[in-house]
Amino acid sequence: MHEGCGGCGGIVMADSVRDRVIAIIAEQAVLDVADVKPEMSLEDLGIDSLGLVESIFAIEEAFDISVPYNANEPGKSDFDISSVDAIVRAVEALVAAKAA
Amino acid sequence: MKRVVITGAGTVNALADTVAGTFAAFREGRCGIAEIDVRDKERLGIRIGGQVRGWNESAHFNRQQIALYDRFTQFTLHAAREAIRQSGIDFSDALGLASGVVLGTAGGGVTTWDENYRAVYEEGKNRVHPFVVPRLMNNAAASHVSMEWNLRGPSFTVATACASSNHAMGLAFQMVRSGAATAMVTGGSESMLCFGGIKAWEGLRVMSRTACRPFSANRDGMVQGEGAAVFVFEDYDHARARGAPMLAEVVGFAMTSDAGDIVMPSAQGAERAITGALRDGRLNADDVGYINAHGTGTAANDKTECAAVAHAFGHHADRLMISSTKSMHGHLIGGTGAVELLACLMALTEGVIAPTIGYEEPDPECALDVVPNTAREARVDAVLSNAFAFGGLNAVIALRRI
Repeated sequence: MHEGCGGCGGIVMADSVRDRVIAIIAEQAVLDVADVKPEMSLEDLGIDSLGLVESIFAIEEAFDISVPYNANEPGKSDFDISSVDAIVRAVEALVAAKAA
Repeated sequence: MKRVVITGAGTVNALADTVAGTFAAFREGRCGIAEIDVRDKERLGIRIGGQVRGWNESAHFNRQQIALYDRFTQFTLHAAREAIRQSGIDFSDALGLASGVVLGTAGGGVTTWDENYRAVYEEGKNRVHPFVVPRLMNNAAASHVSMEWNLRGPSFTVATACASSNHAMGLAFQMVRSGAATAMVTGGSESMLCFGGIKAWEGLRVMSRTACRPFSANRDGMVQGEGAAVFVFEDYDHARARGAPMLAEVVGFAMTSDAGDIVMPSAQGAERAITGALRDGRLNADDVGYINAHGTGTAANDKTECAAVAHAFGHHADRLMISSTKSMHGHLIGGTGAVELLACLMALTEGVIAPTIGYEEPDPECALDVVPNTAREARVDAVLSNAFAFGGLNAVIALRRI
C-alpha cells in the first residue's frame, strides 16, 4: 500500500522523532508542518477515527514499532492520543523502549 | 407496474473512458486487447488483456479517496459520475431516500488482496495498511457510490461471476418497476488484471494467448478485461416529468440456474433465461433485432449459446444479429454485462450494431449472423443482453427503443 509508506518516504532519518511524527500527522491532516501545534487535538486537526488508524500505521512503519492502540477502546489505550504533544511523547517512549 | 427507462450511462474500459469513446470504438471495430503491463508479468503464461491504460487515479480522486478506493471502486465512481451527469438526476433531497445502488462484481478489490498478500507472504511484512478491508470488500464500490450521491434506499452488491452485472441491473430494474425505488444506479465493475487475478484464470486453461475470437471456428479461449459501466434506471413518469434524457426502456429480465456443472454451460439453462426475458418484457421473438452475446470465445460457451439462441428464436434466429463485444474490450468478468449493455444502447439509440471482431473462420456450430468484423447500420426495436456465468447462473435483460 502506498499511503503509509508515502508518509515517511520523504523524511530524512536524521530528523528527530518529534519532527517525523509531526510530519506524519501534518500529511494526514493535509496541513503544513508549521501549522501543526503541540497542544492541538486530533479533532482540532480534522483527523477522524479512520485518519487516526492510518496515522498510527504510518508511525509504526516509520519507526518499526508496534503501537498499542485498539479503536474499540481509544480512551483505555496506553497510547495517549489526547494531543499532538502526547502522541509525540508516546512515540518517543516506544522508540526508546525498542532501543533499550 | 412502473415503466423503467435508462436516463444516463457512463463507463471506463479498455476502449475508452467515456460512453461516446466506447461507441466510437465499437463503430470502428477497434480492439482494446493488447499486451498487459502488470508487476511480475514475466511469470505469467497469459500476457494479453483488455487493460485500462494510462489510468491516472490522482486526476480523478484526492489523496484520502485514493487511500480508500481500490481500482474497481475508482472505475465505478468514474463511470457513475458520467452516468449521473448525463441523467441530470439530483438525489440530494427526498429522492435519495427512494433511490439506491446495486452493482455487480465478481472479485471486488482483487488488486488490494493481491498487493497485501504479496506484502505479508512474499515480503514477509507483519503489518498491513488499516484500509485493506474497506478497500477490498465487494460492496466497497456500491457503498462509495451511495455516499457520493446520497443514495439511501436499497443498496448492495451482487456476485454471480460473469453474470454479476446482469443480475445487478435486473434487480435494479425490478425494484424500479415494482415501485420499491424511484431510481437506481446500477451496473458493475471489475479489476482483476493483476498478477494473482490473471494467474488464477491461467489455471483453468481456458485463456487465449493470442486474441478473443468469439464464434470463429479457430477461437481458442477468452481474454480478460477490466473496467466498469454504470447506468441510471429510472421510473418513466419521474424521468418524463423532469425532462430527462431517455436512452432506452428496460422491459424484461429473467434469471435461471442450470443446477448442472460448476463450469460447463447448459443450452437449456441459457434458453430458459432468454425466453424468460422475452416473456417478462412481453416481446415476441421476432421483435428482437439484436442480441449482445455472452460470447466469451471459448469452445464451450459459444456453441452452447448459439444452440440456446437457435432454440429460443426458431426461424427468427437466422434473421437477428448477435455479436460479442468481448472481442474488443475483453471479458470484464463481473463487470462485463454492464459494459456490454452499452452495445445494446448503441444499437437502439444510434442504429449501429457493434461487430464481433477477430472473426476468421465460420463454425457450423455457431451458424448465426454474428456481425463479423465490421459494424453494421440497422434499425432495431428490441435487444437482449446475455450473461451466462460459471456456476450455471444465467441472466438476460431485454431493452426496447423509446
